[in-house]
Amino acid sequence: MIEIHEIHKSFGTTQVLRGVSLNVEKSKVVVVIGPSGSGKSTLLQCINGLEPIDEGWIKVDGVEVHARGTDLNELRLRIGIVFQQFNVFPHLTALDNVALAPRVVLKLPKKDALIQAEAQLDRVGLADKLDMPPAKLSGGQQQRLAIARALAMEPEYMLFDEITSALDPELVGEVLDTLRMLRRDGMTMICVTHEMRFAREAADRIVFMDEGRVCEEGPPEQMFSTPKQARTRQFLKQVA
Amino acid sequence: MEGSSVFTSLSVQDFWFMVEGAARTIELTLWSSVIGTMLGIVIGVARASMPWPVVLTLAGYVDVLRSVPLLIQFILFNAGLAVMGHQQTPFVVGVLVLSLYMSAYVSEVVRGGVMAVPVLTRRAARSLGMSWLQDMRYIVLPIGLRAVFPAWIGLVIGLVKDTSLIAVIGYIELLRAGQIIITRTQEPMLVLCGAGVFYFAICYPVSRVAARIEKGMAA
Repeated sequence: MIEIHEIHKSFGTTQVLRGVSLNVEKSKVVVVIGPSGSGKSTLLQCINGLEPIDEGWIKVDGVEVHARGTDLNELRLRIGIVFQQFNVFPHLTALDNVALAPRVVLKLPKKDALIQAEAQLDRVGLADKLDMPPAKLSGGQQQRLAIARALAMEPEYMLFDEITSALDPELVGEVLDTLRMLRRDGMTMICVTHEMRFAREAADRIVFMDEGRVCEEGPPEQMFSTPKQARTRQFLKQVA
Repeated sequence: MEGSSVFTSLSVQDFWFMVEGAARTIELTLWSSVIGTMLGIVIGVARASMPWPVVLTLAGYVDVLRSVPLLIQFILFNAGLAVMGHQQTPFVVGVLVLSLYMSAYVSEVVRGGVMAVPVLTRRAARSLGMSWLQDMRYIVLPIGLRAVFPAWIGLVIGLVKDTSLIAVIGYIELLRAGQIIITRTQEPMLVLCGAGVFYFAICYPVSRVAARIEKGMAA
């Protein structure tokens, strides 16, 4: 379980998060929506300790992420993350992209790491691209590669930061299909996205963020049909 | 036939004398580029990632070594070691000075390469549980050093020619060997052309091999 309690975060004088609280239970899919600059991406990068926070706390399975003495490298093994872009390692083939961390972090023997990497690439539909450098892959394939790479560490949680935003429209579907597959497999996920159709269909809960706060949250049916807050209604009207 | 003459014409021995000088030039270049590059990588990485007191200190080191003419560095270093009672052979002093000099230039190139690696690529590596060191070793340096490889080759080729300045502390490398022959034969044009051909013969293969490697990396 991921527990986020009243976190605040500023970059210089800009307050990005102003007291965000959120709980994500095991095997649930939480979709975070909201206008640009509402702090969604920053929130995700705080969860695995890539960004420090100014106030509040985040616990992952009871371990406080920003506490002194927390081994972030170990904690991150449980939390996979995929970013919007510039994600895959350009100097490695698809197979090596996936096999690298299991080899050097988990100390898996090379042979086992490669076998496992192949299985993960197969899972995201890239079984025929093993020896390709990322530059030869389409944007959608690169994002699926990034997902496979994160999955190879066998995380319990996955964070997705607008992973379809930089893709050509015709490539969005294949990446979302991969997320649907993960949902079926029971992965706990937090997805920041602008894909409202995906949010409606895949989310257990929708969280609407605005100006560094959680403005409203609820099940998708309610959020999309009868949102309580005026700000939520306004946003959904704009993106619909 | 004119054994009393001070000047004699070029002989086969002179050629071998220059070959010997060329071998010393290569030896100097090899040692200093290896040591200088390793040191330069450490300094470059530190400058790109350490806290400011370290960064400032290293910036001073780089600025001094890059701003003071190499000729002066050779003389000062040689004299300094002698004064401190640690006199070394000209070869050792040469390798020391050239390595430090090279490290300053390499560190700048490496720093550029490290900083050119996108932040999100590094965050992706750290998110997979890699430590700072693992991120450096498996992600940042392979990407960054590849990007600056052509610039580094330029430094090595420059170093080949910079080795000629070591003559001021009495080491006979290629150019100094040529000068000695000139003093005796009074054939400056011919000998200098010969020395030039030697330098070219050393540098040209380096750039050709580099171009090959670059092509291989791009594929």
